[in-house]
Amino acid sequence: IRPDHGFGRISVFIQRDYSSGTICKFQTKFPSELESRLDKQQFEETIQTLNNLYAEAEKLGGSSYLEGCLACLTAYTVFLCMETHYEKVLKKIARYIRDQNEKIYAPRGLLLTDPIERGLRVVEITIFEDRNIGSAR
Amino acid sequence: MHLGESTRECEYSQISTRSSTPMETPYKKKTPKKRKWETFPGRNRFYCDGRIMMAKQTGVFYLTLVLILVTCGLFFTFDCWFLAEQLTPIIPVIGAVLFLFVIGTLLRTSFSDPGVLPRATPDEAADLERQIDVANGSTGYRPPPRTKEVVINGQTVKLKYCFTCKIFRPPRASHCSLCDNCVERFDHHCPWVGNCVGKRNYRFFYMFILSLSFLTVFIFAFVITHIILNSQRIGFLSALKDSPASVLEVVVCFFSVWSIVGLSGFHTYLISSNQTTNEDIKGSWSSKRSKDNYNPYSYGNIFTNCCAALCGPLPPSLIDRRGFIQSDAPQLAPPTNGLPMYGSTQSQQSHKQVNTVDCHLQAKAAHCDCPHNSGVLLQGVAHHTGRGPEPRTEAESHVRARFGAAAARQIHLKARGGGISSSPWSPLQIILMLGLN
Repeated sequence: IRPDHGFGRISVFIQRDYSSGTICKFQTKFPSELESRLDKQQFEETIQTLNNLYAEAEKLGGSSYLEGCLACLTAYTVFLCMETHYEKVLKKIARYIRDQNEKIYAPRGLLLTDPIERGLRVVEITIFEDRNIGSAR
Repeated sequence: MHLGESTRECEYSQISTRSSTPMETPYKKKTPKKRKWETFPGRNRFYCDGRIMMAKQTGVFYLTLVLILVTCGLFFTFDCWFLAEQLTPIIPVIGAVLFLFVIGTLLRTSFSDPGVLPRATPDEAADLERQIDVANGSTGYRPPPRTKEVVINGQTVKLKYCFTCKIFRPPRASHCSLCDNCVERFDHHCPWVGNCVGKRNYRFFYMFILSLSFLTVFIFAFVITHIILNSQRIGFLSALKDSPASVLEVVVCFFSVWSIVGLSGFHTYLISSNQTTNEDIKGSWSSKRSKDNYNPYSYGNIFTNCCAALCGPLPPSLIDRRGFIQSDAPQLAPPTNGLPMYGSTQSQQSHKQVNTVDCHLQAKAAHCDCPHNSGVLLQGVAHHTGRGPEPRTEAESHVRARFGAAAARQIHLKARGGGISSSPWSPLQIILMLGLN
């Protein structure tokens, strides 16, 4: 039973890596379904960059404490005017994923989904099957 | 063995399969756009078009609000004049500041998203099921509880599988049975604030009970002062008759002080040791369990723990309450041959057919619980209501050439901030269908 339009999608899910605690981090283990499509190194680089970006968003340090204290003092009304640090980094991540999709993933028939759209649970990589291959697999 | 499409579940992020056929899509367009909160699967209530999120039972929250407002109202009306005259006018000012802070933090705790984890998309759920390898095809049978172990900072932590949300819960997350949601860093469900207390609103909750302790002690102390000063002039009984409201205030404050101050103290301890109420009650990190038991999440010193809990970065809401549900491109409609689904992933809830769009722009706008973002939201929506856009990026041309217009459209939607809706086919179904063919 094949759909009329002749292409299928398979999704691969990269799960969260909780070995460092509750911070947002994804496993860098290369899924076997992508072996024919993508370099292991490229994949690891993408995931590692994402992990670093999320770590930056959740980093505890002088600037985040300052932001927290300022927010508390203004009864959190300051966020009506400005974005939280986390939101700024999320935008950076969205840009990065868009770039990666355009440069690396789409030419290989893959699509990276921003984890924020999956509740930061998984990185979903959709594999588009080539219609030329057809149904005989 | 027959396989089926996964779709009659009512998760809000799922693509509608019954009605989004090419024939019906024109009719679909005329129906008013629904926001995602309207089809949220948990037992929450939403107000102000998705900006406010509370638990289902809010009666006790109104009681809290009434108690605070009435007591403070009586204080400002009856006691403050006397105190301002006899002592200093700063007293009502401090009282007002405390009062505003209490109300602000209460509303913030009650109305915000505590850190709800959105439920798994059908694809994800199927992928997890495949990995767990439960080989039973009948519906209704619950496999034995699934757990995953992970080592965090030297401690072995068990991650449990949530059957309702179809995910492995992150560490410290728990499923609230009252709200029917998995909540990150779940502390407890507080009926007094009418919401769960979790990762995103714990600091507001703590500020609320702390400031309320100060307010309660403040009012208690100054009402007593008022009565004492007054009774020095006109006698005790006359003083009481003079301001009967003070008696009510004293009674309310007296009973509140014990519980609120006690609760503040307890949460101060929890914050300084970086534990949740849930963990403390279960004794998860208690040294009584075993000698090697310690809290892997603690930063080691009290100061860092406090800073992390109260001043750390505020994570965004993971559920896109105010985003619009959009019907997806028609070519994603699955074969509607009604085959039963592999594994038991049927949801127990009512069958609501929803469409979805994952919209970057909308998601970002909706993450901030602010009315002023609606302008941005509208722009985002305008982007995504277009049909059949021409490929604008190299990525799209690539994909269009190889995989056809359908895939290219998805790439385009993705590039514009729209998203891929979850596929109605699980990977295993696709593989098995191919095998059958």
